[in-house]
Amino acid sequence: MAVNGLAENELAVNGRRYQSWGRIDFGPQTGVRFDHRLAPIPKPEPAKTVLPYGNGRSYGDSCLNTGGVLIDCGGLDRFISFDGDSGVLRCEAGVLLADILDVAVPRGWFLPVSPGTRLVTVGGAIANDVHGKNHHRAGTFGCHVRCFELLRSDGGRLLCSADENQEYFRATIGGLGLTGLVTWAEIQLAPIANAFVDQERIRFHDLAGFFRLSQESDAEFEYTVAWIDCLATGPSLGRGMFVRGNHAPAVEGDRAGEAAKSSGVKISVPFVPPLSLVNGLSLRAFNALYFRKQRGDRVSSQLHYRPFFYPLDAIANWNRLYGPKGFYQYQCVLPLARGEAGMGEMLQTIAAAGMGSFLAVLKVFGDRASPGMMSFPRSGVTLALDFPNNGGKVRGLLDRLDAITGEHGGAVYPAKDARMSPALFRQSFPAMDEFTQYIDPAFSSSFWRRIAGADKAVVSQDIC
Amino acid sequence: MTNIAIFGAYSAIAEATARQLAAPDSRFFLVGRDRAKLDQVAADLKVRGAKEAHVFACDLAGTAGLRASFEALYGEFDTVDIALLAHGTLPDQALCEGDAEQTLAALQINGLSHIGLLTLLADRFELQGRGTLAVITSVAGDRGRKSNYVYGAAKRAVSTFLDGLRHRLADTDVRVIDIRPGFVDTPMTAAFDKGPLWAQPEKVGGDIVRAIEKGRPVVYTPWFWRYIMAIIRNVPAFVFHKTNL
Repeated sequence: MAVNGLAENELAVNGRRYQSWGRIDFGPQTGVRFDHRLAPIPKPEPAKTVLPYGNGRSYGDSCLNTGGVLIDCGGLDRFISFDGDSGVLRCEAGVLLADILDVAVPRGWFLPVSPGTRLVTVGGAIANDVHGKNHHRAGTFGCHVRCFELLRSDGGRLLCSADENQEYFRATIGGLGLTGLVTWAEIQLAPIANAFVDQERIRFHDLAGFFRLSQESDAEFEYTVAWIDCLATGPSLGRGMFVRGNHAPAVEGDRAGEAAKSSGVKISVPFVPPLSLVNGLSLRAFNALYFRKQRGDRVSSQLHYRPFFYPLDAIANWNRLYGPKGFYQYQCVLPLARGEAGMGEMLQTIAAAGMGSFLAVLKVFGDRASPGMMSFPRSGVTLALDFPNNGGKVRGLLDRLDAITGEHGGAVYPAKDARMSPALFRQSFPAMDEFTQYIDPAFSSSFWRRIAGADKAVVSQDIC
Repeated sequence: MTNIAIFGAYSAIAEATARQLAAPDSRFFLVGRDRAKLDQVAADLKVRGAKEAHVFACDLAGTAGLRASFEALYGEFDTVDIALLAHGTLPDQALCEGDAEQTLAALQINGLSHIGLLTLLADRFELQGRGTLAVITSVAGDRGRKSNYVYGAAKRAVSTFLDGLRHRLADTDVRVIDIRPGFVDTPMTAAFDKGPLWAQPEKVGGDIVRAIEKGRPVVYTPWFWRYIMAIIRNVPAFVFHKTNL
């Protein structure tokens, strides 16, 4: 009998339900737990593919494996080492960015790059090569990964870095979990003086205003991002609020330790409402109010890093607001030269469809290249949107947005996608063929089969 | 300095509890079967702020392991502020039925080993006159059910032993805490379908830390199990026997 109830092979099918953050139904998912990094890789049924699953914060089907098996890495959440002098942190792949912040901020370190939620795992941050408000300075998360261990289905453990197994290093960063299972990773954190951010919020009245502000801010501000009122039309098209900030400098009586531990989630959406609460009425009210929320055109303040980086994390399960059918996220990037025209076209298309997004986010990416072959972020301007799933209507709109993206030589973000065409993916990720040779033969995902046409969740017997 | 001993230290609930106890003044002594897993937990607790984390690998299913871990613990620490007993397995009820060896082995690892350890620890705690003996039992001990009465019987034995120990130590500052979790989403229960009654180990760990701080004698976690079990204990047999619990 095994102590702690761990079966020797740890392959028991886990009885929890898995979905992605958009809550769109991609069919039932089967998961097995992977709780110890030295354990052999789960091979639940020899004929089925596997896919690592972290915290399920990808929006579409890139973290799902319908018909195959998910390797649930939620229990793979131990720190391994942290050097408070150099800021080098090594941890297992299921550790949440929130846990890193809890450990690092009181010691004067911060995530080098953070997405808009701290509830993603390190493995997920690598697999999607996530970006944040400092992309114009720091590049992607993958730019700060020093090394990691990749566990392959043949049992091999590859130590990957810029110097060792470079191809696997480059393929795994942004590789959507397809190259193997990242068991642990080592990242370089960034120094801070305390837990606070100096922020400025500036209203702008059209798209040109956004690009002006972005250009003048990117040199002096570590973090820049904008919210767009995507229901505004005519001369107000592209109006919104520009947010820029820097980590607060050291002050006397250093506040580094202050409020550093996660206070935990305060509000929660306790159940799924029968209908989406995000609809035309609530959108119009929210967008109009948000645009007018501050009196002056420019307001400065100092705030804790949590409300600055993670306002939505304060509402647990906010994705339930979209009702039982879930919602689509859409994020694309367009080359800067085509940015203003392309974004104008997109906003007009959205406004014409009468389907505003609750949160429309606009940001200019910098040109720091990621080591990842398949990274989404690239020099240009990126727009992120979300829409309630109302079936054909929203899918029609998203297809029109895809057409605009494709026409301008842009790309759509796989972590947020649930429906883009294989053709657009191939066009916007030219390294796809090079990448394919590093995919583990036993690994697959719903997204990858949809995009690359690998038509089954079952691998052929001869390669297992 | 807070000296903390944890038996079954890489069980999901123990790990979640230990993380919440990790502080610059905490020193851990971690006991479990697998040395590599213990080392992983120790490293994790140190990054999370613990001052020290020592490990001792042994099999708590045998008397030799109990004594060896007890002696190693007091070789490292002069006094122990908190001892958390979290080891155990979820026996396969169907396999136990008709198999005396399986049944006794399940009682050994889920009940007798706790009683043996507590027997050793109690004298030391009585001598030091303070500290917390916290033991994870289960709501399964509150009433025998056909789906897992072997596990339930082991836990009930521990609960009754803890009652007596609490009585014996009543005029000292030693707190004896009986923690009764309901359904917890851990590797031990991976195979079960998870519904709304299921809790995450972090939640249970938080409840354990609060119970230790407040010295509560019997804690159901999450809290609503106190009321569910009050009902289950009081359902008349002619009704209870018709259920599939």
